[in-house]
Amino acid sequence: MEAEQQNDILLKANNLHTWFDLRQWGFLRIGSVRAVDGVDFELARGEAVAFVGESGCGKSTLARTLLGLHRPTSGDVTFDGQELSTLKGEARQQYLASVGYVQQDPFGALPPFMDVRRLLSEPLIIHGVKDRDTREKRIRQVLEEVRLTQVDEILPKFPHMLSGGQQQRVVIARALLLEPSMLIADEPVSMLDASVRVEILNLLRNIQKQRSLTLAFITHDLSTVRHYADRIFVMYAGRIVEQAPVEKLLDSPQHPYTQSLLAAIADVDADNALEERDVPSGEPPSLLKPPQGCRFHPRCPKAIAGTCDVKDPPFFEPQTGHFSACWLHDEAHRG
Amino acid sequence: MTQSADTLLQVSDLTLHYRTRRGTARAVDGVSFDLRRNEALVVLGESGSGKSSLAKALMRLLPRNIERFSGQVMLGDMDIMQLGDEAFRKQVQWNRMALVMQAAMNALNPVVRVGEQVAEPLRVHRGWSKDRAMERVAETFRKVGVSTDFLQRYPFELSGGMRQRVVLAMALVTEPDVVILDEPTSALDVLTQASIMNVLKRIKREEGTSFILITHDVATSSELADRVALMYAGQIVEISDARDFFHYPAHPYSQMLMDSVPRLHQAEAPGYIPGEPPDLIDPPTGCRFADRCPSRFSKCSQDPPAFSPDERRRVRCWLHEDEVARGS
Repeated sequence: MEAEQQNDILLKANNLHTWFDLRQWGFLRIGSVRAVDGVDFELARGEAVAFVGESGCGKSTLARTLLGLHRPTSGDVTFDGQELSTLKGEARQQYLASVGYVQQDPFGALPPFMDVRRLLSEPLIIHGVKDRDTREKRIRQVLEEVRLTQVDEILPKFPHMLSGGQQQRVVIARALLLEPSMLIADEPVSMLDASVRVEILNLLRNIQKQRSLTLAFITHDLSTVRHYADRIFVMYAGRIVEQAPVEKLLDSPQHPYTQSLLAAIADVDADNALEERDVPSGEPPSLLKPPQGCRFHPRCPKAIAGTCDVKDPPFFEPQTGHFSACWLHDEAHRG
Repeated sequence: MTQSADTLLQVSDLTLHYRTRRGTARAVDGVSFDLRRNEALVVLGESGSGKSSLAKALMRLLPRNIERFSGQVMLGDMDIMQLGDEAFRKQVQWNRMALVMQAAMNALNPVVRVGEQVAEPLRVHRGWSKDRAMERVAETFRKVGVSTDFLQRYPFELSGGMRQRVVLAMALVTEPDVVILDEPTSALDVLTQASIMNVLKRIKREEGTSFILITHDVATSSELADRVALMYAGQIVEISDARDFFHYPAHPYSQMLMDSVPRLHQAEAPGYIPGEPPDLIDPPTGCRFADRCPSRFSKCSQDPPAFSPDERRRVRCWLHEDEVARGS
């Protein structure tokens, strides 16, 4: 966005599309699920951003595309000046090492038949750390870093012997082992108990700051974002609809979708039980055949007939640094 | 805890222990509470606190490895713990108490139309005719905000939010006195969650149904609660009016839990509770939260009874002993 940041851009997504073909009898293409459908953004070095959206909005597909697990249908991702799709062999291996991945379900993410020492050794072995002592040293370092300080107790344990919070720390430790420059955390705390969540989020944030990592934090829960990210991207039906620094977005949301998300949640209060919340009717659209124009228009209370259902809204900048893809910000439609 | 005319359900010393290979797991360990008519009681607890076992114990949906199942559950003036299994199934299950289980929306029968599935308790338990049952189902669908066009649909044709409403309709169709909801919204999206909570609020207001809502999520709990019972390691550590609980929690665990809830518009970062909950197989003697409690003192090695600092609260913590003594 800002010119002076140009050199500091670590990752850039350019008109990124990831579609999944739907086939009949295994070969006949009968349509495509447009999970990510035209997404542009830039992540600066050392910046923590959150991608927020409901299930099916494409946020996890986006994460997996950034990780190179899905090949984009069109558009591209540039990491550190290199285009992802052109990376082969050694260079691709290098890229995978520089992006750490923290999965949603820590138990599912850890191989059940390996003890912690073994499962943390694995990535080091794969990436060519041959010396056993060096590996042990690195493993101990990252375990300390994720505050699993009783290292000797943890190392011989199998994942099922650890609590959910400890499992997630091991997952984070594994993501940090290869000294990545970026971390992608897909719903890192949604499987954890409330009292542990904050601890894990704090840990991620502190590590991110200390190592000046770029952190892409994917979540469905706007209420957990405030202290753990610098910027928020709100996604709906495969697109980014709003982006802004955290406080701006939470305190003055601009896009009607973000506004309704925020209206649906409230800070804990006994009065919550007394009033019903405003919820837009309907459901997110099918990604097989998204509606024409703005994808939120069928549910939008402020939709402008003849505009929102016809033309795709571009990004407007109603406040400096605050972008919203909604025709309401267009001069022609104001007032 | 005297039984007033308004009391619908009175649970005293309910205990459910499981037999496991490692020993006895005390999932529900002496739980007492009461539920008034048209009240929503939230049972709040983290995973492993015994809250789902409490629901199963109340509905008597028990696995085989039961070591101990005891206590008193008064529904009106009937102690349902004294009923035989057959009598319990006929008189209580579905008729007077219904349960919406966790992830029940994924347990709908995929090959039966949803209308028929919802009608099943009426047809089987009450022997109603198909027409009469379907009429009631249609009425219940309208209450939970499902179009009656959906009566003839199969579960796969419905979205998650709609399926959850269908499951809710299934619990409400027999017009039970008490509906127990086990994590009714935890698998749903924010907006769907809010609309399901709207439905529950409306039903509570318009039908006068009493709810026991079981959840781990403080924010969800505040959407329905009249009172909150917080469970920790198989016990209720605090039971208070919602207003007191959310704004002036009494038990140190409640205070720390409330402090760990992220707030949208608050500058301070939330806190967290260090440590892990104890093992239910061999819980510590004395207060079960003592290991993690910042205000523990010598007395905490003894098991605290439930103190009532005022009539709207019961707190299982020695810190409130003095307060009670001073008050009386």
